[in-house]
Amino acid sequence: MSVDHPEVIPEVTVSSTEELKRKLNLPRKGYKIGEDDEESIEAWQKHDTMTLNFGPQHPATHGTLRMLLNLSGETVVKLDPRPGYLHTGFEKLAEYHTFNQFIAVTDRMNYLSPLANNVGFACAAEKLLGITIPPRAQYIRMIQAELSRIADHLVSIGTHALDLGAFTVFLYGFRQREFIYDLFEISTGSRLTTSYTRIGGVMRDFPEGHVEQLAGFCKQFMMVFDQIEGLLNHNKIFHDRTQGIGKIGAEEAINYGMTGPSIRACGVPYDLRKDEPYLAYDQVDFDIPVGTEGDVFERYLVRMEEMKQSVRIIEQCLAQMPKGPVKVDDHTVALPDKSKVYGSIEGLIHHFKLIMDHHGIDMPAGEIYHATEAPNGELGWYIVSDGNGVPYKVHIRAPSFIHFAMMPRLCQGGLIGDGVAVLGSLNVIAGECDR
Amino acid sequence: MSITVKNVSLPRGKSWIDNTYVIPVFKGLMLTFRHLFKRKDVLRYPEEKKVLPPNYRGLHMLTRDDQGREKCVACEMCSTACPADCIRIVAGDGGWEDSREKHPVEFEIDELRCIFCGMCVEACPEDAIDMTDMHNLADYTREDFIYNKERLLGVYDEYIKRHPDHAKRRDGVFKKMMNSSYFTVSDVEKAKHGTGH
Ligand code: SF4
Ligand code: SF4
Repeated sequence: MSVDHPEVIPEVTVSSTEELKRKLNLPRKGYKIGEDDEESIEAWQKHDTMTLNFGPQHPATHGTLRMLLNLSGETVVKLDPRPGYLHTGFEKLAEYHTFNQFIAVTDRMNYLSPLANNVGFACAAEKLLGITIPPRAQYIRMIQAELSRIADHLVSIGTHALDLGAFTVFLYGFRQREFIYDLFEISTGSRLTTSYTRIGGVMRDFPEGHVEQLAGFCKQFMMVFDQIEGLLNHNKIFHDRTQGIGKIGAEEAINYGMTGPSIRACGVPYDLRKDEPYLAYDQVDFDIPVGTEGDVFERYLVRMEEMKQSVRIIEQCLAQMPKGPVKVDDHTVALPDKSKVYGSIEGLIHHFKLIMDHHGIDMPAGEIYHATEAPNGELGWYIVSDGNGVPYKVHIRAPSFIHFAMMPRLCQGGLIGDGVAVLGSLNVIAGECDR
Repeated sequence: MSITVKNVSLPRGKSWIDNTYVIPVFKGLMLTFRHLFKRKDVLRYPEEKKVLPPNYRGLHMLTRDDQGREKCVACEMCSTACPADCIRIVAGDGGWEDSREKHPVEFEIDELRCIFCGMCVEACPEDAIDMTDMHNLADYTREDFIYNKERLLGVYDEYIKRHPDHAKRRDGVFKKMMNSSYFTVSDVEKAKHGTGH
C-alpha cells in the first residue's frame, strides 16, 4: 500500500502549529487532521488527542460502518463518519434490471425490514405508472410493512440494549422476531429475502388461514412489552446511559433532515403515513408517538410505542381486509393468473409479452419521487424512467445515510461510550446507508 | 379516520425505588427466572427439523409430467426473468419423440449465483420449474453447485417421494397447517428423511 492511499493518516511529529500546517499541506490527498478548521488543530495539540478507528469491524457498529474518532481521554473531540464499506451499487443495479427484478434487490437494502423496502419501491413505481392496486393488495402490503416495522424495532431495541449491557432484552425481542419471520416464511416463501411485492400488487395472496395466524400473533405479542419495559424502563443503568445523551432539538433535527422515530422523539409529529397517506393508511386509526427531549431514551420509548401502534394497525387491517384480487387486472402491468397462462392463448401471450426482453411493463417516461414511512424514517424513491422497461436512474433516499451523517453533531463532546448508545438508537443500517 | 399524536415521555426524576437499585434488579431477575419454566423455543437442529411451508423457496427442481417426461420446453422465460442471470439453457429441436417443438439439451442453474427469488417459477408458462423445501445445500467445490438438467430432475424425484401430493400441497396441506393455532408452525417434526440431498 502506498502512502498515496487516501486513507493513510500521515504520521506527524510537530513542534508548532505552523509546522503542523505545513506538513499537512503536503500535496497528497491524505486524511488531514483538522484540515478544515484551525480550532481543531489547536484542540488536537492542546489536548494531545488520539485518533481511533471505530469500525468497520467493531461489533457495536452492527455492520461495516466506520467512524474516525479524535479522542481526548474518553471525550470525543471530533467524529468523522466514513460510509462506503458496504457499498453494493444497488442504485446502479437498478439500471440493469426491470422494475420487477429490482424488487429482489431492494430486499437487501435494509435487511432488518426487507418488506418495507419492497413495498416502498413498488408504490413508487405504481405512482409513476399512475395505477391504483386492488384494496386487498393494499391491506396485505400494510400488514407486511407493519410486521417488518415491528421486526426492525425489536432488533433495533434489542441490539441497542445489548450494546449497553442488557442481554436479555435482545433474546426476548429476537424470539418475537422469529415468530414474525415464520409468518413471512408462510406468506412469502422466504424469511429475509422476501421479494414479495410486484408492480401492480403482490406476488401471491395470503394462504388460507394466514389471517387467523396473524391474529394469533398479535394477541400474544403484547407479552413482550411487559418483558422489555420491565427490564428497561426503571433500569438505572439504562437511564444513566441513555437519558440526556445524543440530545437534539426539533428545529436542528429538521434542518439535518432527520426522519422517523428519531425526529418524533424530538417532538415533531412527522409521519408519512399521516402526512401523505399512501396505501390505505387513511382507513385505520393509530397514534403517532412523540417525545419531548429528543435523546436516546426517548427514541427507545417512541420505538416501543410504535410497535404497539403497528399491532393496532395490523388488527384493524385484518378486520377490514376485503376479499378480491391481489394484482391489478391489467395485462400490461401484472402477470395473469397461472390458470389463464396454462389454459388460454391470450393469457399465454400476455404472460410472454410481460417477461420477454424489450417488452415488459410499459413504463411512461418521466420522473417520480415517492416516500414511505420505513421503520427508520423516510425511505424515498426517486425514479427516472425514459420509457424503457428498465429505470434510467433510481436514487434512494435512505434514512440511515442521513442519520449517519448526524453522528458528529450528536456525539462530539460526549464520551466514546455514548457514541455506541447514539448509533444504536439511530439504528444505522450499513446496507441501506451505502446502498 | 383519526390519527392522533400521543406523547410518550416518561417523568425523568428518579424515584428512590429506582435509586436503591436493588428492587429493580430483583424484579428483573424474577422476570428472567420465570422463563426457566416456559416453553423452549429452540430446535435440536439436525435431529429435529422445522416444518417448512409448502411455498418455501429452496433448491430448484425440473418437474416431470405424469408419464415421467420433463415438462420444460426450453422457452427461456425463466432465464429472462431471472434477476441474477444464473440459468443457462441450450435449446434443441424436437423432444418427447418429436411431438414437441423444442426441448432443453442443457439446462443449468448456478445455485451459488441464485438469490432464490422465485421469479423463474413465476415466469414459467409450463409449470416446469419449481422450488422445493431443500435449503441445506453444501458441497465441496463451486462446480458442484451448478445443477444440470439430470440433477434438477433428480431433485424432483427425491422431492416427490417425500411429498407425493406436491400438486395439491400448495393449497390443500396449507389449509390444514393453518387451521391449527399459530404456534404449530414452529412446532417440530422429527426428521424422517436423511439430511443429504
Ligand atoms: S423451465 Fe419453464 S420457463 Fe424455463 S425454459 Fe423450461 S419451460 Fe421455459
Ligand atoms: S430463484 Fe431467482 S435467482 Fe434463482 S434461478 Fe430463479 S429467478 Fe434466478
